[in-house]
Amino acid sequence: MKMELIQPFINAADAVLAQGLQCPTSIGYLSMEEEAYRRKGVAAEISLTGDIEGRIILDLAPQTAVRVASYYAGAEVPETDDLVRETVCELANQITGNAVTALNDQGFHFRVHPPVLHTSDHGSKTSEDTEALVMCFETEHGSLFMDVALRYNRRRRTERAAAARF
Amino acid sequence: MEQFVAVKRSKDGQPVRYLIVDDSVFARKNLARMVETFGGNVASEAADGLTAIAEYERTHPDIVLMDITMPQMEGIEAAEKIVRAHPQARIVMVSSVGYQENIVAALQRGARHFVQKPVKPEVLYEVIKYVLGEDGVVAGAASGGV
Repeated sequence: MKMELIQPFINAADAVLAQGLQCPTSIGYLSMEEEAYRRKGVAAEISLTGDIEGRIILDLAPQTAVRVASYYAGAEVPETDDLVRETVCELANQITGNAVTALNDQGFHFRVHPPVLHTSDHGSKTSEDTEALVMCFETEHGSLFMDVALRYNRRRRTERAAAARF
Repeated sequence: MEQFVAVKRSKDGQPVRYLIVDDSVFARKNLARMVETFGGNVASEAADGLTAIAEYERTHPDIVLMDITMPQMEGIEAAEKIVRAHPQARIVMVSSVGYQENIVAALQRGARHFVQKPVKPEVLYEVIKYVLGEDGVVAGAASGGV
């Protein structure tokens, strides 16, 4: 997966988390995921379709999700509260939205689908043209994991280029 | 959360009434807390475009804060339907996806402004004052609109 696709997500996550959590963030590690995705805790998945296709998963360990949700809510939120899952979904939505806005400025067009809670323990195995990159963002509330698996939709790009010639 | 000088309705000095539309409870709660720091009241909330139209008819808010990507009916379509029925409606689109086509489409269909998520309170406060125009007044201001 090319860095030009990944960088907007790193920038967006950094901006959204730093603003929302009011604390500095740093990237703990980056790694390619060759095996099927394994959920760590509360995870939200967003699908993209269009010139670039794939999915983004934001995944927080249960206690981290509770701390983050409580921080946003301004009060202690129990782990069982729907607001914990809602918080993770909305953070995934904001990060993805900001990233695709930057990619759109580079000429890519796509549709962002609403976030859904990722409930299975394993995701689909990545393929050669849809490698996944896992990033860990360290914050004072804990670690947040973002798994990005995207690929260019070559057929759509070709169709659009052809249409532009006429 | 930072406290702002209250923005009131200039016609009666009452708090500005908001309809908050977002499929995320988290986002609605955040926006509700924010507008309360502006001295406003949440007249109602909705989680999709269809409900937003019904809630607008029921509550006639001063300002609608409307998400774009939602189930059943998306925000831009809901904004268009509300404005068609109520040309005076003040709708501010609030979305994490801030690309040009979305913004232009929303403005062409009657939205008054666009704010990208994550929402900065100071940005939304300025947008609210701008959208209210002479129908809003900052509490303590000498006279007239904002």
